[in-house]
Amino acid sequence: MDPFESIKATFFQECEELLTDMESGLLAMEQGDDDSETINAVFRAVHSVKGGAGAFGLEELIRFAHVFETVLDEMRSGKLHLTDEVAKVLLRASDVLADHVAAARSGGQVDEGRTVGMIADLQGLIDQDRAAELGLNEDGDSGAVEEDFGFVPVVLSLDEPAADAPEVDVAALMAAAAPPPEAPAAAPAWRVTFRPKAEMYAKANEAALVLRELARLGDVEVALDAGAVPPLDQLSAEQAYLTWTVRLSGDKSEAEVREVFEFVEDDCDLEVTREGEAATEASEPDIAADDDASASAVEAAAGAPLDLDALLARVAAPTEEPAPAAAPAPAPVAAAPPAAPAQDPASLDVAGLIALAEKASQDHAQTQAAPPKADPKADQKAEARAAAGPATAATPTIRVDLDRVDRLINAVGELVIQQAMLSQRVFESGLARSSDVALGLEDLELLTREIQDSVMAIRAQPVKSVFQRMPRLVREVADMVGKKVRLVMDGENTEVDKTVIERLSDPITHMLRNAIDHGLETPEEREAGGKGAEGTVRLAALHRGGRIVIEVQDDGRGINRPRVRGIAMAKGLIAEDAVLSDDEIDNLIFLPGFSTADVVSDISGRGVGMDVVKRSIQALGGRISITSEPGKGSKFSMSLPLTLAVLDGMVVSAADQTLVAPLSNIVESLTPRAEDVHLIGGRDAVICIRDTFVPLIDVGVALGFRDTPLPPASGVAVLVESEGGGKAALLVEAIQGQRQVVIKSLEANYQHIHGVAAATILGDGRVALILDVDALVTTSRRKAPRIEKRMAV
Amino acid sequence: MTDTVTQGVAQRRELIAFRIGDQEFCVDIMSVREIRGWAPATPLPRTPSFVKGVINLRGAVLPIIDLGARLGLNTSEPTARHVIMVVHIGERTIGLLVDAVSDIINMSDDLVQPTPDVASDQVKTFVKGLFALDGRMVSLIALDRVLPETEAEAA
Repeated sequence: MDPFESIKATFFQECEELLTDMESGLLAMEQGDDDSETINAVFRAVHSVKGGAGAFGLEELIRFAHVFETVLDEMRSGKLHLTDEVAKVLLRASDVLADHVAAARSGGQVDEGRTVGMIADLQGLIDQDRAAELGLNEDGDSGAVEEDFGFVPVVLSLDEPAADAPEVDVAALMAAAAPPPEAPAAAPAWRVTFRPKAEMYAKANEAALVLRELARLGDVEVALDAGAVPPLDQLSAEQAYLTWTVRLSGDKSEAEVREVFEFVEDDCDLEVTREGEAATEASEPDIAADDDASASAVEAAAGAPLDLDALLARVAAPTEEPAPAAAPAPAPVAAAPPAAPAQDPASLDVAGLIALAEKASQDHAQTQAAPPKADPKADQKAEARAAAGPATAATPTIRVDLDRVDRLINAVGELVIQQAMLSQRVFESGLARSSDVALGLEDLELLTREIQDSVMAIRAQPVKSVFQRMPRLVREVADMVGKKVRLVMDGENTEVDKTVIERLSDPITHMLRNAIDHGLETPEEREAGGKGAEGTVRLAALHRGGRIVIEVQDDGRGINRPRVRGIAMAKGLIAEDAVLSDDEIDNLIFLPGFSTADVVSDISGRGVGMDVVKRSIQALGGRISITSEPGKGSKFSMSLPLTLAVLDGMVVSAADQTLVAPLSNIVESLTPRAEDVHLIGGRDAVICIRDTFVPLIDVGVALGFRDTPLPPASGVAVLVESEGGGKAALLVEAIQGQRQVVIKSLEANYQHIHGVAAATILGDGRVALILDVDALVTTSRRKAPRIEKRMAV
Repeated sequence: MTDTVTQGVAQRRELIAFRIGDQEFCVDIMSVREIRGWAPATPLPRTPSFVKGVINLRGAVLPIIDLGARLGLNTSEPTARHVIMVVHIGERTIGLLVDAVSDIINMSDDLVQPTPDVASDQVKTFVKGLFALDGRMVSLIALDRVLPETEAEAA
């Protein structure tokens, strides 16, 4: 990937994070949180998106972000108050912004009508004057507006790690928000005096960039006052000596002019005054260069560290050729980075700028007389790098390819096994436990465990990243079907392997759509039914049984069982006289070809039924189930494996085999007494545990390792609870102990085996199978014909 | 004549020959990853008798197929003298239990004769062809059929 592209990719990754921040802030605001910190956080997110977009010239994105940002700024300044209405518009605006980012990323198009409508809505929030001015920005020379942000944000991003960055924005944006003192048309020319202070350079801002930006607003004439530059022997590399006077013609408002200086305002002396034509002509200095030349001169200046020739020339003849000769003055500031970066938080970027400076200085050396134009590409890269920099500097995270993490996890998994094998060998060799070798091994074991835990933590991530996409979906679906929906989310911090997270999105989306479209009633129906007009959909994640369970629960009408039954019959899915429990009827909706919606709707009826959802979940090794109560709502639960490689298990033996039962399934273990075991119908055994009868499953028989069951009294019963809450007792010969095991897939090289969840490798290097408790329990309940359970009492 | 030669050169390949009982078989050397001694396998529930179980191959779970049983030959319990050929079949890696690896054969495809009709269905399924080598008969195994078809689908 070429470096620019990779920087761009980083930008989009950051955009995702920013959009997430923005949305959580907006959701808090929707709940009535009008704390200024929340609003600031949202503002910052939008602003940073805009800023980054500027570096890449994503004009559509910038334009929309700008309007959005303006509204938020109104809120920050207290001109616009938070109401439900405002929060809703902002939330929708955040969706549109996300669309823009997505479109910019994929190079696709955004729905123009929607954008325009959204801009109109946003502007509707702003008072009349402000709206008018915005309109000007929008409809007028949009290029200028976009260009503004084309690189000013670069300045911001270098600044941003400092906590005071937002304050800078506030001031500037307040200025921008203030109505222009005079109608722009009446002010054909502005006289801008710009005197940067040393602090501005120290923050890696460049006068050249600001001036070039100013040039984009209209015709400019730039004059440099280098009078303050001291003789060489008194020249301090850390000081700023230059002042520029710019005459800007064009019908721009003062606010627009000031906006250019938005990010450097605090670090320079700035005067913006209107001037008459005559005065301008008169004061126009001879040394004024055209903006390009001037800009590049300054650029070269910034880039040319110790161009002694030019410097000497400058000292010798300070008035003869000011523009190019001025070069050295600001140069030391930019070129003294070895000293300067210490105070700059974004040292990475400084490094980039050093590189740029060096390049520019080389160029300069080659061309000496003519100030070189800095390589635009290098320039652009520096900007991009600058834009990409702050997040890296601000949050101590790194991005790593998932592949690399996977390789590490696999290697650590094998390390754990090898370590366990080694321990066992040493133990078997009869070395004393206090021997150096044994002690060293103990330390090794601790270390190994620690490494393993750390590595696992790398890939485990909270489901938050998926959950956070859902509020938007719910809003959109609710709008589409005209229902009022409140989304409640629980367990966002439940951690699950990254690979699983990626696969969660589709099923959750589908279940939410289904809950809103089919589960919830219309507001009128709800009120008629004595419920609030607003329906509640609850999305929750939790760990259960070594798996992650995602629940989608609504408080809607529940499953209409007679109707479901009717449809199933009409479609020939069940026999007319079938006797079905409520539970079985509920589960009919998972049958292929079943759809309860009378009209196939746009939302959940895209030809994808619950059967497809079920199949896709099963394909991931997951299960889905539904519970429903008429009039009260339904709950879908899906459980997916945490493909993470480790599991706490109880090592048991059955039929001479060593097996592992996931500890999370196990409730207790006990030694059954013969009189507690009873037969039902001569074959199926149940065991009475504290007056409750639960099925007793002989593991050795259930897995087909032997034909004759173990006499219950000679084994150990392990009481387990399955996913669906069903209990059963697994009869094994002995419990060997409890340990953490590394999950190894059987499917990778062989295939799925019913009743076996996976395999693992034990300390002796042999493979042991991990029991799929749910499958064993379910099998016993459904009585698969192949498995016969005969209990000999 | 030239054509034949070119063809022969183009389709020349190396095969690994191995023995099960008194019969000789071979597979393409490119699909063999390694050869190792027999180690007791962990049996898998509900599997056909020719699946001996799984072993630990440096952290990976490797299923072992008793090739003799798969071909319908009489086999005895594996001993330490038996060997496991670790082979790639498509995306998977499996171990084939055989009596001994005997030779590396360099030969061209045009010497392979189609399996005669006399062979039983079971053998025909797994044997791609036959050829003669120093008066012995060697059968070329079709590795992709060694795993039962239903299982391949299930994956």
